[in-house]
Amino acid sequence: MKTSLQETNDPARMGEEEMAGAANIGSPAAARVRVRTLLAVPVAASVALVVHLLVSKEQPETQSYSIFLCIILGSAIVAAAVQSFSSHLRRWLRHMCPIIAGAVSLSCLWEVITSGLRLLPLPYFPGPAGVLQSLIDDRASLLDSAWNSLQLLLAGYALGVAVALVTGVCIGWFNQARYWGMPLLKVVGPIPATAWIPLAMVLSPSPGLSAVGIIALAVWFPVTMLTASGISNTRASYLDVARTLGAREAYLVLRVAIPAAMPSIFIGLFMGLGAAFLTLVVAETVGVKSGLGWYVAWKQGWAEYGKVYAALVIMAAFFSTIMSLLFKVRDRVLAWQKGVIKW
Amino acid sequence: MSANLSEGSSLSVLNVRKDFPAPDNANIHTLALAGVTLSLAAGELVSLVGPSGCGKSTLLRLIAGLDSPNSGELWIDDVPITAPSAERGLVFQDPNLFPWLTVRRNIQAGLVARGVLHEKRHEVDEFMRLVGLEAFANALPHHLSGGMAQRVALARALVIMTPSPGRIERTIHVALDRPRQRSSPEFLRLRGEILELLHFAGNATRDRSPGVGDSSSGQNQKPPEDAKPEEPDLAPRYTESRAVRSPAPPSEPLDAQVIIIGGGPAGSSLGA
Repeated sequence: MKTSLQETNDPARMGEEEMAGAANIGSPAAARVRVRTLLAVPVAASVALVVHLLVSKEQPETQSYSIFLCIILGSAIVAAAVQSFSSHLRRWLRHMCPIIAGAVSLSCLWEVITSGLRLLPLPYFPGPAGVLQSLIDDRASLLDSAWNSLQLLLAGYALGVAVALVTGVCIGWFNQARYWGMPLLKVVGPIPATAWIPLAMVLSPSPGLSAVGIIALAVWFPVTMLTASGISNTRASYLDVARTLGAREAYLVLRVAIPAAMPSIFIGLFMGLGAAFLTLVVAETVGVKSGLGWYVAWKQGWAEYGKVYAALVIMAAFFSTIMSLLFKVRDRVLAWQKGVIKW
Repeated sequence: MSANLSEGSSLSVLNVRKDFPAPDNANIHTLALAGVTLSLAAGELVSLVGPSGCGKSTLLRLIAGLDSPNSGELWIDDVPITAPSAERGLVFQDPNLFPWLTVRRNIQAGLVARGVLHEKRHEVDEFMRLVGLEAFANALPHHLSGGMAQRVALARALVIMTPSPGRIERTIHVALDRPRQRSSPEFLRLRGEILELLHFAGNATRDRSPGVGDSSSGQNQKPPEDAKPEEPDLAPRYTESRAVRSPAPPSEPLDAQVIIIGGGPAGSSLGA
């Protein structure tokens, strides 16, 4: 427990302490754990490779999956050989080896169930080798779709957040804005943004524009709601202090209420991002003729399920990257909260 | 000393009444202050003493301008108090530092709010030195101990009103280092520049200065029965606030709520 705490606090120093500890105590148990951890990935990759070769010896087009497993195997062995020189690498390995080994084992299991035992109907459930091959074959189209999705997502999210911050601050701060805005927010906000798609397609000159509008609407509701609640829940004593320091209203709003509301605003931003992902995919499936959602629907129409799964893999990587970027921004903006609140 | 005295402002509280509606029923009002009359000359030090819930903080909030009375008047010299002003600094019982700002930025907050940071930036460093926190300039409030946080709050309240840091240095020495020393020359000088109203935490009523208390002030018609359950022995003895005109520096001033009323030339020019 103690070591894991230190690990998160000061990674660089932790490496040294750990080395010193290992030298002093020379605990064989710790060494054995480390060896087992290091061996997990090579073993899992070897097993997966053997299973793959056994299952697919008559299918030459799945070579890329063998190469992929060999790369994992090779880099795991190289990393295990090099780890004694770098404490950073060692810590990363200790953290990541089990999860990587788990992922490789899972894809091995997937291969056994699909390509090996053929327990699942084939056109709908291709094995990992087929999905990887689709991913490689159609990479240009997938990248293009991801790029289009990114543009839509960013445009809609930025628009939604910009509008929501203004409306949220107004509703949270001004009584008049609260009186008129809150009922609107309460009545219109809970309608799922995707329910507006038919209307938006009629109203908007282009499907792309309507998708941006729908995504913005989906983002607007949670961000406005949580911004308004964060602003109106600003601790009265902070405002009292600022007033006795001679602050005018602009300072009270911009320098006191908004920073105090930031934790709440970030919860809204995360909820809005989730809503934006959902709305993006639905909008692309229904109206927009590009993007990952559209790609999934299109390939499903051609019964190319390998490419459908490939698109899902890309989506997972794409959305989780954006989500972790927002986490990074939050960690920076809310650094003052560390040790105050954990969420 | 008399020259210094003329720089302060005098405070008049005339027949002030303040009540608060009960949180669950707007028709029931709890009386906090009634018929409070108090006048302080420039340079006078007054301690408000009384049990919890008898209206001390209410009176301070009225003087600070954070609340307005139901009836009665409050004046600084010949100007009525209608809103908070940077000329009346309030050091709250709870430091109330802005947790998202570093120590330096907390101390600067009042200067930024009034757009005078570029003129008085050097005084921020001076104040951090005076309260002994120059090493913590970039620390966030959650890294500070309670006493350190309270010193930051004191510096934050003083930096916006000081005529010069050199004069306030003695104030801070008195407040921080020698809280119990009586009638020191430093303290007399401080009294020439600043009016202080001190509100003691409950147990300070035990060691209030004897022989003073010539001016009665607050009245509490409805003392809350459950006031400060952790100090049950105090509630029956004092049911109303007293203003104590004390020749001595307050004991433990940093545990108290302080109003500093500055009327110096620099302060006036800043408080537009």
